[in-house]
Amino acid sequence: MSEQIATVTWINGPVVRARGSRHVSMLELVEVGEERLVGEVIGLNGDIITAQVYEETSGMRPGAPMYGTGLPLSVELGPGLLKSIFDGVQRPLPLIEMQSGSFIGRGMRLDPLYRKDRWKFTPVAKVGDAVNGGMIIATVMETDTFEHRIMVPPDLSGTLTWLASSGEYTLEDVIAKVKVGSEEKELTMLQRWPVRRPRPYKSRLGVNTPLITGQRVLDTFFPVAKGGAAGIPGPFGSGKTVTQHSIAKWADAQVIVYIGCGERGNEMTEVLQEFPHLTDPRSGRPLMERTVLIANTSNMPVAAREASIYTGITIAEYYRDMGYHVALMADSTSRWAEALREVSGRLEEMPAEEGYPAYLAGRLAEFYERAGYVETFNGKSGSVTIVGAVSPPGGDFSEPVTQHTKRFIRCFWALDKSLASARHFPSINWLDSYSEYLEDVAGWWQKQVGTDWLRMRNRAMEILSEEARLSQIVKLVGPDALPDEERLVLETARLLREGFLQQNAMDKVDAYSSLQKQVRMLELILRFHERALRIVKHGAPILLIHELPVVDTLIRMKTNIPNEELEKMDDIQKQIDEQMSRLDSEYR
Amino acid sequence: MSNVIVQGGQEVLGVGRIDGPILVVEGAANVSYDEVVEIRDSQNRLRRGRVLEVGEKNAVIQVFAGSTGLSIDGTRVRFLGDTLRIPVAEEMLGRVFDGLGNPIDGGPLPLTDTYADVNGQPINPTARVYPRDYIQTGISAIDGMNTLLRGQKLPIFSGAGMPHDQLAAQIVRQATLGAPAGEKPKETESFAIVFAAMGVKHDVADFFRKSFMESGALTRVAMFLNLADDPPVERLVTPRAALTLAEYLAYERGMHVLVILTDMTNYCEALRQISNIRGEVPSRKGYPGYLYSDLASLYERTGRIRTSEGSITQIPILTMPNDDITHPVPDLTGYITEGQITLGRDLDQKGIYPPIAVLPSLSRLMKDGIGQGRTRSDHPRWGAQLYAAYAHMQDVRALASVIGEEELGDVDRKYLEFGRAFEREFVNQSLTENRTIEQTLEIGWRLLSMLPREELTRVTLDEIKTYYKGE
Ligand SMILES: Nc1ncnc2c1ncn2[C@@H]1O[C@H](COP(=O)(O)OP(=O)(O)O)[C@@H](O)[C@H]1O
Ligand SMILES: [Mg+2]
Repeated sequence: MSEQIATVTWINGPVVRARGSRHVSMLELVEVGEERLVGEVIGLNGDIITAQVYEETSGMRPGAPMYGTGLPLSVELGPGLLKSIFDGVQRPLPLIEMQSGSFIGRGMRLDPLYRKDRWKFTPVAKVGDAVNGGMIIATVMETDTFEHRIMVPPDLSGTLTWLASSGEYTLEDVIAKVKVGSEEKELTMLQRWPVRRPRPYKSRLGVNTPLITGQRVLDTFFPVAKGGAAGIPGPFGSGKTVTQHSIAKWADAQVIVYIGCGERGNEMTEVLQEFPHLTDPRSGRPLMERTVLIANTSNMPVAAREASIYTGITIAEYYRDMGYHVALMADSTSRWAEALREVSGRLEEMPAEEGYPAYLAGRLAEFYERAGYVETFNGKSGSVTIVGAVSPPGGDFSEPVTQHTKRFIRCFWALDKSLASARHFPSINWLDSYSEYLEDVAGWWQKQVGTDWLRMRNRAMEILSEEARLSQIVKLVGPDALPDEERLVLETARLLREGFLQQNAMDKVDAYSSLQKQVRMLELILRFHERALRIVKHGAPILLIHELPVVDTLIRMKTNIPNEELEKMDDIQKQIDEQMSRLDSEYR
Repeated sequence: MSNVIVQGGQEVLGVGRIDGPILVVEGAANVSYDEVVEIRDSQNRLRRGRVLEVGEKNAVIQVFAGSTGLSIDGTRVRFLGDTLRIPVAEEMLGRVFDGLGNPIDGGPLPLTDTYADVNGQPINPTARVYPRDYIQTGISAIDGMNTLLRGQKLPIFSGAGMPHDQLAAQIVRQATLGAPAGEKPKETESFAIVFAAMGVKHDVADFFRKSFMESGALTRVAMFLNLADDPPVERLVTPRAALTLAEYLAYERGMHVLVILTDMTNYCEALRQISNIRGEVPSRKGYPGYLYSDLASLYERTGRIRTSEGSITQIPILTMPNDDITHPVPDLTGYITEGQITLGRDLDQKGIYPPIAVLPSLSRLMKDGIGQGRTRSDHPRWGAQLYAAYAHMQDVRALASVIGEEELGDVDRKYLEFGRAFEREFVNQSLTENRTIEQTLEIGWRLLSMLPREELTRVTLDEIKTYYKGE
């Protein structure tokens, strides 16, 4: 089906030029050389075609053929995506392993979705229905509990003239026919969509539901909304990956798309080995059953790394369109930006800042704009939330990728090297981070958790910023110079830092905090503070407060009290009250 | 310019341009990207090179040995039609090679039919086995707080004049497969060491040779040497040749291979030089934008795979220019490797060996190789507690330097004492001291016992009961 359209004239790493047809289009997929390595057209000039190739080009020669396909780079969509692991251009890595062994060979052409599986199909539309793009015509159980909704492709509308009856079908079996004008189109469960084109939806809805991650510093202090976008920049070793893994494990999304973009192989292996054995706290099913992995590690071809982000987001949008909440993690967007830079450099384009091409900001904007909470064409609502890691060189946030990312996200989780080296994890700096979703989600908290979360959260932040100010003084004159009321602020801030903000992702109990637990912990710490403040004002020395046994209890409650045993918190509250009353009576 | 076809490949006489180690050859047809070439000067002396870029009319070639002595008309370039390959065989252990993999110990070429592409191929993430077995190095600051696992890549970030070579040699000498505290380490199965030197001085290479010899390991070591006075461009091949042999030994012969690469900073400089000559758009400090991907193509050649018993563990060594950890070489390395052992100038000046600065050091895989059944159940929290205490001590130390030690409160003074003891008794050990994991844990508890019990919030109350020896 593909014919030779040009002849290769120049090769420089992943970038090749060829001379030939003037009918090739921008972003069309091409195949290059005898091995038919897949590439994508990224430049056209007269009869010169420039393409980026998704595989190693070693051994390729000028004179090699280039074949056209007439299609843009697309992903396959359909049942079987969940539990899969693909490379950046959606090649299934387990099948690659079966074919080429432990090392990834070249020129491997494999269907992303396995064709032979038979899926249990239940029609939900009726023959004669007028259908339009996005409408759900059938459902398939993709896992034991996950309902995959088969939709009419977005750009199609007409009359349903035939629909397969309940039964088992493969991805390639015709399951419906739609009459469009005088033409009848056959549909299968397998659809394709060009990755660089956002999938359409009916309308955007407001974002006012938080994505619950079970991470206290995120949920309580810097929440991201479902359909929102968050950036997580930090130097190496500061906790970007662990935080993203934690979100992938515990977030209350129905589908997780995790993109390992130019990062470590072992980190993907870790997910592959761990997720099947972890249980989704909501569905009770293995976490892997809601997860799609895209792994284009740092040593895999750089052009496919560039594509991986788009492959991932398109799959996320597809599940969104069924009416699901999807969370997408991209680790790391900086490696993607560097892939852009590498290809741009080989094209000898004019660089803007730090060698990055001038279109970097535009590409980042396009990516983050694909996050959203939408009404789909089938009347449901779904969302894609994006969490993008950023790896600034030298940890310096003034570099272009961090700066441009900041323009397109509304939630900024700033990781801090000094916190990380002091082993304060997650090392999210509470003074440098922000969330613009705070007000948006406050109503949800009030309704769902029934507390004035925002007031408590702001009170805690006040104590923490006060601590920052006071520590400046302490650094010069020592803590003894401060009045006891201010030393109490330091004491409570320590409780907040060690007892609340620090959360150990490796600890069974601490890894995930329910909202109820988070609220209760915060209440207790603030209660401690308010009661202690009164006593200190009566003249009780701060040292006695510091030595109260309940201080240790408050610091340990995160690991000692599981989400299911929150009534134990009442006991801690009693301890606070008793110990404080005792002190109080002594100093009245 | 004339084209003569000889067996094996075409030959071109005369080149169009010579620019540092870069040649531009015109009029060669059918050249393939990344293929190897043989270059002869007018005296017929041979050197090798590699195609960096190829168009219809010219090919850009990087000459490993540099272009000194090459002339425009007197240079012959023969295209060999294949990417760079080296022979790989078990008998290469005990041998010494140059930076391109040619024997320089006077011995014969390795007798083998297996030639492997030095570029290797990426390991499929689905084929990897996640590392879990810890290596006992006998060094407390590593085993206790930055545990090294089999299949991990853990570099040493050092600075000029610091004892990174001694440390690496001590690790090599003492490394055994770890066992739970109190049990005897198991007999080491078949192991090998692959050592690659890039731009280091002769005495560094000699130091390692001697150290391997003294520990009786020399017959298990293959050395690839590109020394300071060897051609810089050759350095770009040296680690690849070394890793190609390592992959063969680990994945074809099932050995546990420890790879030492030193000094990565020299490697990166060679890469920068080529990039600058070619006029590529630089990113930071003149290094090319693809430095990250290039380094990843080396560091990621580490790990374990399901089809083999063997493993590759990497300890790259790099000297941070100006001790600056944000310099692109340590920075990009840290982004790729699974942690780093960072040496501290201040500790070194205090005479502490090994001068491992624990706070900026990290082993990302440690969490999966320690604890119950691996080292000891208290190990993870014990480590967290030592980190927290030592980090707090740094703040106290800073405060003491402002207000004076006598102005500190009681607890803070205890922290200062703890900090000193930690550096002198835990971090510090002799070049030949080989501590068991149990000893390391014991020293840690002894130091923690210098602090008031309430300060220990990272360990459990049970652990305090069992191990705490304070008042
Ligand atoms: N929430 C956490 N709990 C415990 N340890 C953490 C946490 N976050 C990070 N760490 C520690 O920090 C190390 C580096 O984290 P990682 O996410 O890999 O950093 P980055 O991706 O920013 O380079 C981890 O290996 C782990 O030891
Ligand atoms: Mg990471």
